[in-house]
Amino acid sequence: MAEGKQIDTLIGGVLTKEKALDLLYKMVLTRTFEENALEMFSMGKVHGTMHVSIGQEGIAAGAGPALKDTDYLLNTHRGHGHFLMWGGDLNRMMSEFLGKENGYCRGRGGSMHIADVESNNLGAQGIVAGNLPISVGVGLSIRIRKSDQVVLTLFGDGAANEGAFHESLNMAAIWNLPVIYLCENNQYAMSMPVEKAFRVEQISDRASAYGIKGLTIDGNDVIAVYKAVQDAAKRARAGDGPTLIEAITYRYQGHSKSDRQLYRTREEVKQWQQKDPIQRFAKLIGVQEEEFQAIEKKAEQAIAAAVEFGENSPEPNVSTIMEGIYA
Amino acid sequence: MREISYMEALREAIRQAMEKDDRVFMIGEDIGVYGGAFGVSAGLLDQFGPERIIDTPISEAGIAGACVGAAVTGMRPIGEIQFSDFVVLAMEQIVMQGAKMRFMFGGKATVPFVIRLPGGSGTGAAAQHSESLENWFVHVPGLKVVMPSTPYDAKGLLLAAIEEDNPVMFFEHKLLYKTKGHVPEEMYTIPIGKSNLVREGKDLTIIATSIMVPRAIEAAEKLSAEGIDIEIIDPRTLKPLDDQPIIASIIKTGKVLIVHEAVKTGGFGGEISAVISESEAFDYLDAPIRRLAGLDMPIPYNRTLEYHAVPQVEDIIEEARNLYQGKY
Repeated sequence: MAEGKQIDTLIGGVLTKEKALDLLYKMVLTRTFEENALEMFSMGKVHGTMHVSIGQEGIAAGAGPALKDTDYLLNTHRGHGHFLMWGGDLNRMMSEFLGKENGYCRGRGGSMHIADVESNNLGAQGIVAGNLPISVGVGLSIRIRKSDQVVLTLFGDGAANEGAFHESLNMAAIWNLPVIYLCENNQYAMSMPVEKAFRVEQISDRASAYGIKGLTIDGNDVIAVYKAVQDAAKRARAGDGPTLIEAITYRYQGHSKSDRQLYRTREEVKQWQQKDPIQRFAKLIGVQEEEFQAIEKKAEQAIAAAVEFGENSPEPNVSTIMEGIYA
Repeated sequence: MREISYMEALREAIRQAMEKDDRVFMIGEDIGVYGGAFGVSAGLLDQFGPERIIDTPISEAGIAGACVGAAVTGMRPIGEIQFSDFVVLAMEQIVMQGAKMRFMFGGKATVPFVIRLPGGSGTGAAAQHSESLENWFVHVPGLKVVMPSTPYDAKGLLLAAIEEDNPVMFFEHKLLYKTKGHVPEEMYTIPIGKSNLVREGKDLTIIATSIMVPRAIEAAEKLSAEGIDIEIIDPRTLKPLDDQPIIASIIKTGKVLIVHEAVKTGGFGGEISAVISESEAFDYLDAPIRRLAGLDMPIPYNRTLEYHAVPQVEDIIEEARNLYQGKY
């Protein structure tokens, strides 16, 4: 991808300034979307539950751009950022969030099931590790069709302790399937800290149990994520099979709307905020305070416009309630 | 007319579907060299190779997930769960993912896969290898549930299931694998959601599924010697249920006996009974709707106990005779 360009002009050796600014904008947009979503919740404008990724935006920013448009995404319940990085349209996303007919899933899925199969975005996931076995099927499908696609499968530290993790990684490993397992280790499975839930030092240590490559990276470092995913994709396309990437990060907010966060201290959250992925990336690419504020303002305007779009969008007609269950 | 076994009919359906459509592949435990625990896939590995006859580790959730993921990306997988009992290990992928994906995504995903499930008792394999769990899946919107009772239906329904654009749970019965019957060599489909009038009669209707269909036929033949004329309907598809022929039959006979192997409580008989009760056939009933089903227990190991845990021909005869004679 650096062809035709001086490598030293690229940020981190991989990104043009233009692309980097786009990623920074999308990270800020993700955070603004989620902060706004939390606000809408407290105002009673949206219902149900929702999982925000505030503090984890660096992973989506690094992973999405490292892949091709033709690749597949299997997202998590905390996947607004990945959805945006995968080319998601903010208006249709907001409509889905508000349960409207013109949302990505006609208002039937909501935040937890948002998908866009047309762009090979195979959906967010309401069951922890539920997407891991599916990745085996996507990988097999790619191989049987003799395509050079890969599938990016996202999950959290909690999912790594589900049985589905084992079956999935083993099957993808024995068949050399083009799957990138990207574990977003945000330190807590709801309230269960990783120190209590794992005996291994690193979740990526488990890769050796399947005979595949495993690595742990700083998930708040966009360039590190980009490089790891790019490398895993290269290996997958070359027929060298799956990779398990553990990206270390932290969620600033609770698990979901009901979380009172009794399992951690404010100090701990503050310490992690010093390693904020957005601030770090802005600094890395040389965005000054004034420019950053302009980016934030642009994101706020985009969100405001999306909210207006969503709120003015039609509700599903009750007469269509049974649609979409069977083909 | 050519006669082949139920198992051969299934194999022929898989072979013909795979010859016709490159998107069809099969995945399961010991389906390759071994030929499948019951032999259904014997020889298919030689013809189609390991890329399309995929032997898996013992990972039922992985098999089901492989079906879901391959289906939503354009393939038409056939998953085999070695014994239908083991489907419990794959429930999340089938129920939470495969069945709901299309709906959750606003009707914009297509998830065409078939899960084949050898079920039922009578092989002495005891409680964890003999269950009849079909009705669990009837309760899940997004799935279709098919249960063939003859070699002809096995082939036609499996080909229909493979062509179907929705997930299909395909319940086979281990005791039926060796039964023989007329099966055309060419490809044909039996529409999913269409019942079969197995035997015409005027005195009493039996609704039977799977292995209970041949048992009901045997019972009906014996009862005809006593002058009792029995009609038998095999729904073939449990979901969606072809209810009109059932209703029409009961309007004609006024009496109905539902027979299935699965345990009675929460079984499919309850659903059929409710469908009848809600229909115009209710006014034509001149006796209570009766269900003859498996006892509410796990399948026992002991041969005699196993035999008595599920309906047998003599049980159907007795129950049908009592119903006919107005004893209920």
